[in-house]
Amino acid sequence: MDALIPLFVAIPLISAFLIMLLSKVIKGFHRFFAPIALLCLLVMAIFEYANLGQSSIQYAVGGWSIENGYPIGIFMVLDGFSVIMLSIINLIGFIALIYSLSYIRKYTAEGNYYALFCLIIAGMNGVVLSGDLFNLFVFLEVSVIASYALVAFGVGKTELEASFKYQVLGGLASMLILLAIGLIYWKTKTLNIADVRSVMESGYSKPFYIFVQVLLISGFGLKAAIIPFHAWLPDAHSSAPSPISAMLSGVLIKAVGVYVLIRLFFNLFVFSHEIAVVITALGAISMLIGALVALMQWDLKRMLAYSSISQIGYVVMAFGMGMILIVRGDHLPVAALAIGGGLYHLVNHAVFKGLLFLNAGALEHRLDTRDLKKMGGLSSVMPITSSTSFMASMSISGIPPFNGFFSKLFIIIAAINGKFYLLAALAVGVSIVTLAYFLKFQRFAFFNKSSDPSLNHIKEVPFSMSFSMVFLALLCLALSLLAIPSVNEALLQPAIDVLMQSDLYSTTLLGL
Amino acid sequence: MTVYILCFVLFLVGLYGVLTRRNLIKIAISLSIMEFSIFLILVLIGYIENGIAPILDPGRADQVYVDPLPQAMVLTAIVIGLATTAMLMAIAIRLYRKYKTFDIREIRNLRG
Repeated sequence: MDALIPLFVAIPLISAFLIMLLSKVIKGFHRFFAPIALLCLLVMAIFEYANLGQSSIQYAVGGWSIENGYPIGIFMVLDGFSVIMLSIINLIGFIALIYSLSYIRKYTAEGNYYALFCLIIAGMNGVVLSGDLFNLFVFLEVSVIASYALVAFGVGKTELEASFKYQVLGGLASMLILLAIGLIYWKTKTLNIADVRSVMESGYSKPFYIFVQVLLISGFGLKAAIIPFHAWLPDAHSSAPSPISAMLSGVLIKAVGVYVLIRLFFNLFVFSHEIAVVITALGAISMLIGALVALMQWDLKRMLAYSSISQIGYVVMAFGMGMILIVRGDHLPVAALAIGGGLYHLVNHAVFKGLLFLNAGALEHRLDTRDLKKMGGLSSVMPITSSTSFMASMSISGIPPFNGFFSKLFIIIAAINGKFYLLAALAVGVSIVTLAYFLKFQRFAFFNKSSDPSLNHIKEVPFSMSFSMVFLALLCLALSLLAIPSVNEALLQPAIDVLMQSDLYSTTLLGL
Repeated sequence: MTVYILCFVLFLVGLYGVLTRRNLIKIAISLSIMEFSIFLILVLIGYIENGIAPILDPGRADQVYVDPLPQAMVLTAIVIGLATTAMLMAIAIRLYRKYKTFDIREIRNLRG
């Protein structure tokens, strides 16, 4: 259904506009309009996911189609990989918005919040659908500018400072990306990703593209907060309102960071061994350091933010291992396993990290603190928050039968079969460290005896917040079904194929 | 070649400013300088020696035109740059109201 593709960007953009326009006139307009718009998007995304299968469809914006093999206009492309991202974005977006209905009441200017929320969704949908480098950059900027504003939404001292830091580093990243896009255009005279690939195959000058790739790794590495580029993430993600933290950690760093990196390195550039090793090393380093720093945190949301860095490290490392194996040309099934594991972990991380930030938001909503030392004994007074956060914690630290166990298992099996014994050991070790700091979270927040008697009168959070948490917790369990080979085959295989047969993207889209 | 080197120098000037300045506004200005050096590079990419503005004239078939696509890209990028600068300024002003200073040495609650 290629007529649906532009609606993924158009619906949230129009809703943002309408919400800004009408929320002052009609009381409570934003409170019912934004959830309806996002529900539409979610239904459409799931519909596309169910119908797409192995095929890929493209939509020519403005009717400018391919003439004589030259793509003139802008294209939006939906294939197995982008449809998965699209579903996660709209799913987590919808759940976080439902959660916001109660959570955001303590802030003023609610209308602006919902409008920015719609803009962030529009930008991310645009990034994953875009088949054109510059268009991708524009949508990326739409979503990150909205996220700058949302990080500063509380307008307290820390929020503003975090947002300023985020903007300076984000602006730097955008410039590196723009420069890289300009250089690619210089060499190939085209911006269409599929066309760039086919031009590159005819004449590939390796030193030039290595430079471009390094620019792209730094640019999108900054957006994805891979370790040497991570400085903004713990501040920004912990200062934002909690549903926004869930969006930022759950999907934004994946949609504008990891997704684009993987899409460009698999479907645009020709693989090179050096770059694959660099990506794997960056992933492994962020996995390790993120987990070790998270262990030392006492601020709950900062701990979760560092844990995001660590989990993104798993994903990047898995894709990097896949790249190395593909370059070597042997062990292709192992490469597919590594890529599948990375993809599976990407989906899982969106769900459980979203849930954990919503839990943190629930605690902050009732206690007005994020300090783990000031909590304690909350499992009896907040049973829903306690049980859902327990499920999320077990799932992120890889305890069966939750989803995190299976995706980590896939990555570790792939690492062992691909003879990356060090990486396999590291992945297991980091998983244990993850368990340690989530047990710390569980113990200090929910199971310790509290010294403060006022904590006994805390009430459970309102319905819309507990509904979203329970929904995501059940999804954590349900996603472990993806480990069953036949389900995995049906749901993840199209995306793995897109990445494994990396030439196919350009040849099918150009109709060669 | 000289113009490309000058663009790169401009980029480094901006980078130096972002890294060393202590004033929020000066950091924002340095970011803008970096941004504009990138825009200049983009325009240079589209420039063709002795080319004129790409308005096709059927009477002169041998005329050389410059590449219009990077120009369109730069226009879009300038608009995006405007949005980011406005956002940065808005945050800087809010920070000034909270702290009564633009000095980043005094605005340090958070540490990476």
